Amino acid sequence: MSLEISNLTKAYGGLRVVDDVMISVPTTGITGIIGPNGAGKSTLFSLITGFIEADAGHVSLGSVALDGLPPYRRARAGMVRTFQVPREYTHLSVRENLAAAAPDQTGESLAGLFLTPGKVRAEEKAVAEKVAATLDFLRLTRVADLAAGGLSGGQKKLLELGRALMTGARLILLDEPFAGVNPVLIEELSARIHELNARGTGFLIIEHDLGALSRLVSAMHVMDRGRIIASGTPSAVLSDTAVREAYLGGGGKAA
Amino acid sequence: MEAYLIAIAIVSAVYVLLALGLTLQYGMTGIINFGHVGFFAVGAYAAALLAEQGWHPLPAFLAAGVLAAAAAWPLGMVSLRLREDYFAIVSLGFSEVVRLVVTSEKWLTKGVQGIPGIPKLFTGLGVGLPNSLAVLAVLLLVNGLAIYAMRRIVRSPFGRMIEAIRDNEDAVKALGKDPARFKVQVLMLGALLAGFAGAFYAHYIGYISPDQFVPLVTFQIWMAIIMGGVGRVSGALAGTLILMLFLEGSRFLRDVLPFISEVEMASVRLGIVGLALILFTLYRPGGIMGEARRT
Repeated sequence: MSLEISNLTKAYGGLRVVDDVMISVPTTGITGIIGPNGAGKSTLFSLITGFIEADAGHVSLGSVALDGLPPYRRARAGMVRTFQVPREYTHLSVRENLAAAAPDQTGESLAGLFLTPGKVRAEEKAVAEKVAATLDFLRLTRVADLAAGGLSGGQKKLLELGRALMTGARLILLDEPFAGVNPVLIEELSARIHELNARGTGFLIIEHDLGALSRLVSAMHVMDRGRIIASGTPSAVLSDTAVREAYLGGGGKAA
Repeated sequence: MEAYLIAIAIVSAVYVLLALGLTLQYGMTGIINFGHVGFFAVGAYAAALLAEQGWHPLPAFLAAGVLAAAAAWPLGMVSLRLREDYFAIVSLGFSEVVRLVVTSEKWLTKGVQGIPGIPKLFTGLGVGLPNSLAVLAVLLLVNGLAIYAMRRIVRSPFGRMIEAIRDNEDAVKALGKDPARFKVQVLMLGALLAGFAGAFYAHYIGYISPDQFVPLVTFQIWMAIIMGGVGRVSGALAGTLILMLFLEGSRFLRDVLPFISEVEMASVRLGIVGLALILFTLYRPGGIMGEARRT
């Protein structure tokens, strides 16, 4: 199965922020997207996940066409994103943050809540177990009952990953997971991503930190001024002249 | 004096019902509803008109609540997908539309004249107690049920979701849940309570007219929950008590300030509540009950 993106385009005024992007992302691997600031990476994520409507192009996951669907429907199709600036539920505990991401809960409908309390209790118990396992896996058990708003930047990134895991998504889209995270936690986060991938979850990762990303991914796409300018294995991509120009001048940095 | 205290208690209990609805909507879900009085009005007019048709109070009250909730449904469907500040404007507009409709549809609502002679409840009890005491008892029972239901909701997966929506709606969407579905339901629940409140109010006061359903009522409820503590049931109770204390307590100010005329006094009372609100936001921003529970 794969996430297929074809001819995806978004323009603001005359500026094509995402310009005719065409990539295929396998849900089995770890794929990276790099590019200078303003290259259109985050906009691409928002287009894929439906937070911004595309001007043209198609997005599909496996056999499901996602065009025109609202974000929550796309997420349910098996593709969940995180945000560059973590969007934790500030007042909820870390545990509740994870529990709220569990899909298909009877207790989330008022009828289910009042008419089938037994079923709700059973489901909550199962969710609590899954939450505990996820907390354990991400080494977040120690902070499980703290309000999520008080976590460090790195812990919030872990929490966002944990919420994505709770949904059972096939493919997780991480938007700059290493930004503002200390080096020790970057290693930790990378190790968790590798482990998850080995268990069958695919990743598509936008990142600025080339070092950490190139060690993590099997395939990489380089974006500059809205276009994909190179694709391939990390080593091949990093020795590409066009890529070097985009990063080291010549191409210049779009703001 | 006893009759006066019961009267205040009844009006307070009606306000508590309104405040509970707004607590669920704003404090727990983050919906900025500036049109709460609109649902109150729908409930009041529904109960009054059904009483005129000779309906028994029980089905009439239920109908009043259900109609108010039903009025919330289309409003929520069309506008809760907007950003919260837009919904604030739309809801304020909604309550004004309700008021204009009851003002102009004279064939049904008698327009600005209002509907007089709405029967008092429990007049035929004949046990020697004032009927208003029975009204108060039923109101307290309804409040108790509402509080019980709200607590159950807050501690459930549904409650977890609405608090998640309040904290970050985009994250909710990104994780595969539709915030609009939850928000519409919460809007309808709050409207249901406001509808019941309206029915009690109409039967207790005995006369309703459009000028009782101005946006000021909405903002008084807002003041109550802000002073009491947003996002907690106890805040709705405490806030309503503080509001009534200021509104009613300032009645007695005339004994101390005899040079202020009756008309001026109404403005002074409002001014006092406003001042209290300012002092609260300055010195007690979490309300008298403090910031909402959180770990």
